[in-house]
Amino acid sequence: MANYSTNEFRNGLKVMLDGEPCSILDNEFVKPGKGQAFNRVRLRNLNSGRVWERTFKSGESLEGADVIDQSMEYLYNDGEFYHFMDPESFEQFQADLKAVGDASNWLKEQDICTVTLYNGAPLSVTPPNFVELEIVETDPGVKGDTAQGGTKPAYLSTGAVVKVPLFLSVGEVIKVDTRTGEYQNRVKN
Amino acid sequence: MADWRPTADFSALGRRAQLLAAVRAWFAERGVLEVDTPLLATSPVTDPNIEAITTVAPDGDALMYLQTSPEFAMKRLLAAGSGSIYQICKAFRRGERGRRHNPEFTMLEWYRTGLSLQDLMDEVGAIVALAVGPIESHYYSYQQVFEQHCGLNPHLASLAELKACARAHLDLNFDTDDRDVWLQLLMSSVLEPSLDPNSLSFVYDFPASQAALANTRSNADGIQLASRFEAFYAGMELANGYDELRDANELVRRIRDDHRRRADNGQILPPIDRHLLKAMAALPECVGVAMGFDRLAMLACDVARIDEVIAFPLERA
Repeated sequence: MANYSTNEFRNGLKVMLDGEPCSILDNEFVKPGKGQAFNRVRLRNLNSGRVWERTFKSGESLEGADVIDQSMEYLYNDGEFYHFMDPESFEQFQADLKAVGDASNWLKEQDICTVTLYNGAPLSVTPPNFVELEIVETDPGVKGDTAQGGTKPAYLSTGAVVKVPLFLSVGEVIKVDTRTGEYQNRVKN
Repeated sequence: MADWRPTADFSALGRRAQLLAAVRAWFAERGVLEVDTPLLATSPVTDPNIEAITTVAPDGDALMYLQTSPEFAMKRLLAAGSGSIYQICKAFRRGERGRRHNPEFTMLEWYRTGLSLQDLMDEVGAIVALAVGPIESHYYSYQQVFEQHCGLNPHLASLAELKACARAHLDLNFDTDDRDVWLQLLMSSVLEPSLDPNSLSFVYDFPASQAALANTRSNADGIQLASRFEAFYAGMELANGYDELRDANELVRRIRDDHRRRADNGQILPPIDRHLLKAMAALPECVGVAMGFDRLAMLACDVARIDEVIAFPLERA
């Protein structure tokens, strides 16, 4: 992999730090009029999700991390692994629960997700911003009650729990924003 | 993104233009002469922490440099008998890009004959007041700020103590045995943020090892100090002032020292400014200060990024 100098550190650049793949979140150039320049860099450790703040002497460099984001179709979960497929090469990848993390709440078969690969293996999974999922369990719907107001919890086919308006019933399909976990609207079939 | 457009809005550019006019009027009232020296220079400053942008001479193959500071040329004017002078000009520094930096920026630099370093600090306060209105000034010695915020004496602390203090505050990716790097790190990353953001803070009496082109002297404890100051406001360094060195032999010694450090770092070795060396004998006693005009404009406009006060930063140049 290429090496990147502090002046090439851009948000989103993937680099190796202390043997861990990291994504740069922020790079602040700090330089007195007279004296050594430094870069105060915030990085997210892509393995642990933790954020590091590390100070570099300007001009230091880090090795790039072999990390790429790739669009993949979610195939199925075999109980242990989540299986994805590159829709162009048809190559399949399996990700464990650690890599899938909270995305497991939103994975619906055939949806296109972003799978982050590190050295060719899934490191993390980002679901689509919006998914359409079926309600599998909730209190009975209150007919005609489409006014603003109360909500109730609803269990979705993936196991996620979302607050939904009172009028919705089991079997209906709703659209959810996966970034906030919030109900958007009912999807008419 | 319409990236042909300016990054600063026109109210900010208007405020900047007003400030420029106010600064010029301020100097005119005091009889300080505005001067204009070349941006295209044969000899940039030798400071190893400042890298010039190189170009080719218009009449041949020789290397020339976009000036990093008008200091040398202005000192030649002083030596030639100009009396007090000021300049508002572009300066260029390779690699300096960030929230508060653009590699091409505007410098306000002035030199005063017959004034003390304290008088010069008062003038810095007056110029900052043109941008932000009346403000309070506080004065701290370099030793005081380190004792207050780091609990150590910067002149006497061991290298190990400096390292330990820095590592207690920061997660670092490097190590070095250069004391000044540790002092500068603590200054910019620990002390600067802890100075009162609502008043103008002057830090004076730097270690002699960071004298640049300031005079040095011994204090009562026999510690060598540089007669220079830095001014901070709103968590930002604004200005660097000096009681100017006039000894040509000492200047050569410091330039050699810079060159040795540049060679160690594999940096280019720009030629020594022969004109300046010849002029040094005639340089009158004077004090001088360089202020980042863009930062002054940031204060006047109450914004946090330099891009908000310049029309076209590097990426849109």
